[in-house]
Amino acid sequence: MTEKVATLLKDLPVFGKSRGDSDKVSPSMAAPEQWDLIIRPKTAWFDLHLSDLWRYRDLTLLFVWRDLVTQYKQTILGPLWHLIQPLLTTALFTLVFGRVAKLSTDGLPPVLFYMAGVTCWNYFAECLNRTASTFIQNASIFGKVYFPRLSVPVSVVLSNIIRFGIQLALFLVFVGFYYSQGAAIRPSIYVLLMPILVFMMAALGLGLGIIVSSLTTRYRDLQVLVTFGIQLLMFVTPVIYPASLVSQQYRWLILANPMTALVETFRYAFLGAGTIHLWHLVYSAGVTFVILCIGIVLFNHVERTFMDTV
Amino acid sequence: MAETVIEIDNLWKKYRLGVLGTRTLKDDFNRWWHRMRGKPDPYTKVDQLRKPEVTSNLRPLRFDSYLADDEMWALRGVSFEIRQGEILGIIGRNGAGKSTFLKILSRVTAPTTGEVRVKGRIASLLEIGTGFHHELSGRENIYLNGAILGMTRSEIQRKFDEIVAFADIEKFLDTPVKRYSSGMYVRLAFAVAAHLDPDILIVDEVLAVGDGAFQKKCLGKMNDVAKEGRTVLFVSHNMDTVARLCSKAIILEKGKIQASGNTDTVVSRYVRGDFGTSAKRKWQDPNTAPGDRVVRLLEVRVHDENNKESASFQVTQSIGITIEYEVLEEGHYFTHSCNLFNEQGTNIFNSHDVVSPTRNLPRSKGLYSATMWIPSNLLSEGAVIVGIALFRPEPFLSHVYEQDVVSFNIVDNIDGRSARGNYVGGFPGIVRPLLRWTASQL
Repeated sequence: MTEKVATLLKDLPVFGKSRGDSDKVSPSMAAPEQWDLIIRPKTAWFDLHLSDLWRYRDLTLLFVWRDLVTQYKQTILGPLWHLIQPLLTTALFTLVFGRVAKLSTDGLPPVLFYMAGVTCWNYFAECLNRTASTFIQNASIFGKVYFPRLSVPVSVVLSNIIRFGIQLALFLVFVGFYYSQGAAIRPSIYVLLMPILVFMMAALGLGLGIIVSSLTTRYRDLQVLVTFGIQLLMFVTPVIYPASLVSQQYRWLILANPMTALVETFRYAFLGAGTIHLWHLVYSAGVTFVILCIGIVLFNHVERTFMDTV
Repeated sequence: MAETVIEIDNLWKKYRLGVLGTRTLKDDFNRWWHRMRGKPDPYTKVDQLRKPEVTSNLRPLRFDSYLADDEMWALRGVSFEIRQGEILGIIGRNGAGKSTFLKILSRVTAPTTGEVRVKGRIASLLEIGTGFHHELSGRENIYLNGAILGMTRSEIQRKFDEIVAFADIEKFLDTPVKRYSSGMYVRLAFAVAAHLDPDILIVDEVLAVGDGAFQKKCLGKMNDVAKEGRTVLFVSHNMDTVARLCSKAIILEKGKIQASGNTDTVVSRYVRGDFGTSAKRKWQDPNTAPGDRVVRLLEVRVHDENNKESASFQVTQSIGITIEYEVLEEGHYFTHSCNLFNEQGTNIFNSHDVVSPTRNLPRSKGLYSATMWIPSNLLSEGAVIVGIALFRPEPFLSHVYEQDVVSFNIVDNIDGRSARGNYVGGFPGIVRPLLRWTASQL
């Protein structure tokens, strides 16, 4: 067997070389020699190594694929769950908030109204929920090999996009059905904003998620708070009610939530009803950007020493 | 001179002891609130307040006095260089800092201060099969594990067939790995790691445990890698393996380098450090030398056939233990004796001098020397600790009885001349005689 390894290795080109070259982290080192990798204490907050994330993109994609493949192994309904979840939630919301509580739906068919909210909210909540436990859940693997840790939460967000895509398709089927029935819906040009909306929801979920996951390495209390917090947050987001329903007195609270503009825009784009102002969107984008930046910086800071504190 | 591929520069690593993760938001908030008001940290113990301020510059941290009560240094200023093609053994007991060092080198955690500079790609075989997913098939896991170890997808694609052939799992490629036997699982995991083609390979001895064939594969792999001019770092608490495989060695103890250099010298120092003895012991002061009014020990030393003193021998070498002593009172007769113990304290054998002509003669005053020869191919690998006695058997009277006088180490370099033959796996046994075998076809 040993000879086998030897011959195998002999025949192989040394990929390590070419790979190593691109490993240069700090070419500006004062040392006269060129080092491929310099391991040093993590001191700078903005030493982010985002290029590493790009270099390990194959790994990120494999994580996405692993997530998708493994999640429904040994389940009977498999990926159908992607559809059952929003359908049941929508049905329940329609029943409870539409029929029983009789909340306004901005004049839209309740099923479409809730489904739009649920589809958006699910994506955001899933991103946040599943990235929030990054460090704790992956402690064993993080403790053994190096790869950019950020590739794990990024892969979660990406695999969620696929789920979101399926749910969006379901939603569009319903929109098509209601439209053909002559319901009062007017899809608008804002549909073109969809990629931006999705990107913002992803970034917001990711940003919040990695902030939480970084902080949970120190404060375990936060873990409990997340599940609970996401539920509460949904009630200050116009998922089960339209923003127009909120009285002037509390509207600031709803508008301060960066998800509000995203959900309302989504609804307006596909269904033609909702409160939407450009500055709401700009505000959301700003908040998202800030949260994402804070998240990445925090995450990177925790990344290199968290094995000592977990 | 080969170029330096790893440069380790004054590496320090601090760990917090005690129960981790018990910090709560409230504690930290309280701490922050006190700091804002210019008051001392409410959680600091009183004696810590007298210690100098730790500045933002991390340098002063290295002094022990700057440690909080619940902190400890796992590494204290480790510096060394590794040149291309070297097989460097790192020896140390549990808690010596080996695993901390490996973790820093494999970038799992960051050092507190200090720097490591590396040329080329490092692969660590610290743990194989990291990230294997039980629900996924062998094929899928090769890709996943390869990517986790740092290969790109195209790289894995190129080596895929070789990995499969090496692991010998063609038939089960599309079976989930949870249905694999543990042997197949390990083979597959190792195959992926073995095809990383690193410039620098880090091997933890823990990995090389397991069944004999697998150990052989791992160790064989290390040798091959080194032969190709790549560099190997082998971490172990077992001197024998290090002595066998590595040309250079470093001893870590309590986070510091105790010794470094050629394996033979380092290993013999390790043995010495363990037992407080060396290959030679000399008593300068007649008052403290072991003995009585009749006889006094002067010197005991371990040497080879050419009378060259050494603390490390091959299994195939014969070893001499020479006792020099002075007779202070004439007319007594006595003989010589050696007791040999191994690392575990097992008595390997005792030998009384029953042949030398002086043993039955009343001695005159003067200096004497006696040598016991241990034949080649008798002792097995490991440390040997020697005790000495000068005594009269009948009627029994002991003049000198001294334990742990000298020690030395036995190495089997597997050149085929010892009872090992070419076998590289674990080979226990207190002695390793090369015996006569006869075999024939019936």
